[in-house]
Amino acid sequence: MLQYVIKRLLSTIPVLIGISLLLFFMLRMLPGDPAQVLAGQMATQEDISLIRHQLGLDRPIHVQYAFFLSRLVRFDLGRSARTQNPVTAEIWARLPNTVLLAVVAVTLACIFGIPAGIISAVRPYTLIDYVVTSAAIFGISMPVFWLGLMLVVVFSVILQWLPAGGTGSWKHVILPSVTLAAFVVAFIARMTRSSMIEVLSQDYMTTARSKGLKERVVIIKHALKNALIPIITVIGLQFGLLLGGAVLTETVFAWPGLGRLIVDSILGRDYPVIQGAILVFGLLYIFVNLAVDLFYAWVDPRIRYD
Amino acid sequence: MTEKEGHIKYAGQFRRSWAKLKRNRAALFGGVLLLAYLFTALFAPLLYPGNPSAPNLIKSLERPSLEHLLGTDELGRSIMGRIIYGSRVSLLIAVGVIAVGLLVGVPLGLVSGYYRGKVDFIIQRVTDTMLAFPGFLLALALVAVLGVGLKNTVISIGISMVPIYIRLVRGCTLSVREEVYVEAARAVGTQDRGILLRHILPNVMIPITIQTSLGMGMAILFAAGLGFLGIGVQPPTPEWGAMLGSGRVYLFCSPHVATFPGIAIFLAVLGFNLLGDGLRDALDPRFRI
Repeated sequence: MLQYVIKRLLSTIPVLIGISLLLFFMLRMLPGDPAQVLAGQMATQEDISLIRHQLGLDRPIHVQYAFFLSRLVRFDLGRSARTQNPVTAEIWARLPNTVLLAVVAVTLACIFGIPAGIISAVRPYTLIDYVVTSAAIFGISMPVFWLGLMLVVVFSVILQWLPAGGTGSWKHVILPSVTLAAFVVAFIARMTRSSMIEVLSQDYMTTARSKGLKERVVIIKHALKNALIPIITVIGLQFGLLLGGAVLTETVFAWPGLGRLIVDSILGRDYPVIQGAILVFGLLYIFVNLAVDLFYAWVDPRIRYD
Repeated sequence: MTEKEGHIKYAGQFRRSWAKLKRNRAALFGGVLLLAYLFTALFAPLLYPGNPSAPNLIKSLERPSLEHLLGTDELGRSIMGRIIYGSRVSLLIAVGVIAVGLLVGVPLGLVSGYYRGKVDFIIQRVTDTMLAFPGFLLALALVAVLGVGLKNTVISIGISMVPIYIRLVRGCTLSVREEVYVEAARAVGTQDRGILLRHILPNVMIPITIQTSLGMGMAILFAAGLGFLGIGVQPPTPEWGAMLGSGRVYLFCSPHVATFPGIAIFLAVLGFNLLGDGLRDALDPRFRI
């Protein structure tokens, strides 16, 4: 297991280097002087000169990259061009909100998606299967921001049960997390269904049934356990979709998270914050998938010996 | 197998797949949605003769009526007219995005899978990096660099699709390159370019076709997302996502402004997804999810 963990950890290094290169060249691809871009539109000539010197922009490109990398490792991402606060402080203030939204959404998606997929797989080509598969394809095709707006119309405008946006209480979490979950639940239900259908056709399922085990035990203990690996993988991969969806959902519900921060920064051309937020999103995605890989290597020994 | 026998075999496979697709009611429904979408985009001036971007403030935020079937927006423009013309914009984006994805992703995937070695290593590390960002966030990052507007929306989303095509085509190329007919072509002295274009590419077309249908739906969703955030196609161009974004402000008094463009996006994406699923089932059930 330890060997697998080390191998998997090492495999993230080229990706991390790739991300650092992407962020490094992102600023240099912009038209004009990167120091001017980083300083913002209101900066004085002295500010720009100071930033140019601080970032070593007057030195050769490989020295600049090495310098950039050393700052990145220390999480020194510079200052926001709009607020002048350190970028890390801006990100730290928003990150917990996005993580909260993502965790609640994934939990809701699993609670609804896995049972729906199981029911659909156990009774294939019946009415309930058609309902689940249709709902899943509808969920995948629906723009997440539109669903969010429609939920606001129903639950905030017409019924007046829940707040339309902002933070402050558990009631504020419901609509944004349900919106995000609806997006992911469809993928989880589809994957659970196809994975379960495959497992249910295996010989060991017939053996389990012929031993006289109850159907519920057969489904949960024998089938679901074996079908879980692709489901867990999909949950890890959908985490990326969730982060993308978070950008839109946070905008709909004025939720002060990382997604909202990145959109505001793009609109305000605040490049240090854009860089920082993209870095954090990339790292979150890599480490969630790393955790998923390690988790199922732990659950299924076949993977770590492959 | 002679060339004639080969044609007969492929014709048989095509007929079987077509028969399977025709039996799939969901895929047929998707096809009907897409035909309606294409018809709307192609014949927009006939369906709505007026100018969809011309404001008429006296009629702003009117509810659906016989005069304006889907009501009017904050500038008094017909939502129906803007949705009809918006179908042109979204179709243009979807086609442009897929063109970028195909033109860049397919050759790189073919080269990566066929030659392997150092070229493969470099292409795959770049692909890994691009895939380290969720597609929408990658498009968002690229928009931050390139700027807003129709052209940059197409380029940004197109580039975010490239790694998907590279992975897909590389995977298929790796298995096809080991086939006997590729070995035979190499033995009779066919050059690599000929092998790649005549023997490998036709055999990876099925997954590419399926991905293209699903990718077009995704492209429409991404473009609408960027438009909604105000960093995609800019007003007064009638773009569905941007229409939803501006309608958000009037959600409490005129919810219809944000409702109908969302339904248009949903139906177009649903059409591509249903057809993509149907194609996958008919052409290659191994890819079924």
